[in-house]
Amino acid sequence: MGLVLEHPTVSGSAGGSTGRDLAHATDESLLSLVAGSDDDALAELYDRFGGVAYGLALRILRDESLAQDAVQEAFLAVWRTADRFLAERARPSTWILTIVHRRAVDLVRRQERRRGEPLEAAPEPASPERVDEEATLRFQRRVVQEALRRLPAEQRQALELGYYGGLTQSQLAEQLGQPLGTIKSRMFAGLTRLHELLSQAGLEESIPR
Amino acid sequence: MAADVHSLVAAYALDALDEGEEREFEDHLAECERCREELAGLREAAAALAFATPPTTPPPELQQRILEQARSERPNVVPLHRRRRWAATLAAAAAVAVAAAVVLGIWAGSLRNSKDPFESVLSKPGSKLVAMGRYGGVAVAPDGEAVLALAVPRTASDKTYEAWVIRGGKATPAGLFHGQRGASIVKVSKPVGAGSVVAVTVEPAGGSSQPTAKPLVASGPVS
Repeated sequence: MGLVLEHPTVSGSAGGSTGRDLAHATDESLLSLVAGSDDDALAELYDRFGGVAYGLALRILRDESLAQDAVQEAFLAVWRTADRFLAERARPSTWILTIVHRRAVDLVRRQERRRGEPLEAAPEPASPERVDEEATLRFQRRVVQEALRRLPAEQRQALELGYYGGLTQSQLAEQLGQPLGTIKSRMFAGLTRLHELLSQAGLEESIPR
Repeated sequence: MAADVHSLVAAYALDALDEGEEREFEDHLAECERCREELAGLREAAAALAFATPPTTPPPELQQRILEQARSERPNVVPLHRRRRWAATLAAAAAVAVAAAVVLGIWAGSLRNSKDPFESVLSKPGSKLVAMGRYGGVAVAPDGEAVLALAVPRTASDKTYEAWVIRGGKATPAGLFHGQRGASIVKVSKPVGAGSVVAVTVEPAGGSSQPTAKPLVASGPVS
């Protein structure tokens, strides 16, 4: 077939001349608007990614108030530094969620230092699937979960404990009673394989320009 | 040690380094093009993990708090607490040429029956989820029933999206839709048999009997 998939160039969405209908704006153009201090664009980005961001922060921090702090700090960081994103060639969702993850991990480590020990590894949340979850998100979730299932168990465990548990590789080695080198190679092999699987699925192509 | 520094790239993408290791790796990253490129891809994969966890609706006042705080600040004057170095140049990923259907998952019919047609197809034993590029995919049941889930913007009023089932070089019209915010869930009105390709084009309002434009998205041949 050799079809090259293209970004849709469908014109004439309901936007009109006010430019205030942002629902159809791409993530990239929203970030450009945010870089120009457009708070409506920030609100729209929050509508798109706030639920994923909060779900992630909650899984890492297991505390609603801390999770809200992490999301708030992250979106304010987006607001303050959106102009820096323009030079990057990452996907906006990746950029935003990387910031959210970082904030949540910083907070969880601060908590641990206060308590003097690592929190137990984050379990899979038991909450039932939300019925009103958008189909796109549901679809992405299935794809990533399927890709995760295809990883060898010990690689999946290293990724999950690291990413959702906020553990450093050294903490992970200690907790699992494995040499640091083993943990490093599991993380590397696991994340590389996950990237391959997701690339094959077409889910994480780079931004079309 | 220098050779070992490369191997920190995955842990860095997962935020799994302690501060000392992180500083060491960031110094290395500034000088290592290979690691910057690798990091870009691994960051996409790490961020995808965020989508594997169920989204949760934050309390409504959180958005208010964020927006009020944002409005009260002049943007771009407060630096990030910790500057994260992003790869200055990311390798442009090759466009995905669809050679064969990428099957993302095969369902055993364990999903509960649902009114959502997409879920309902996936609830049939042996159904498959087939990728259609970055916009979503199509769920295909063994009996040929198929439902698209595509995140495409709304078309102009004089245009429509048209779904096609293509088999042996012959395209059969399989439904019109306009797109919307979020995903469009669209039943494919013709059965999708083995070897068929599902594609979507943009057509004049009312649809066409044969595609008049290059497909916007297409699956590979469904096995």
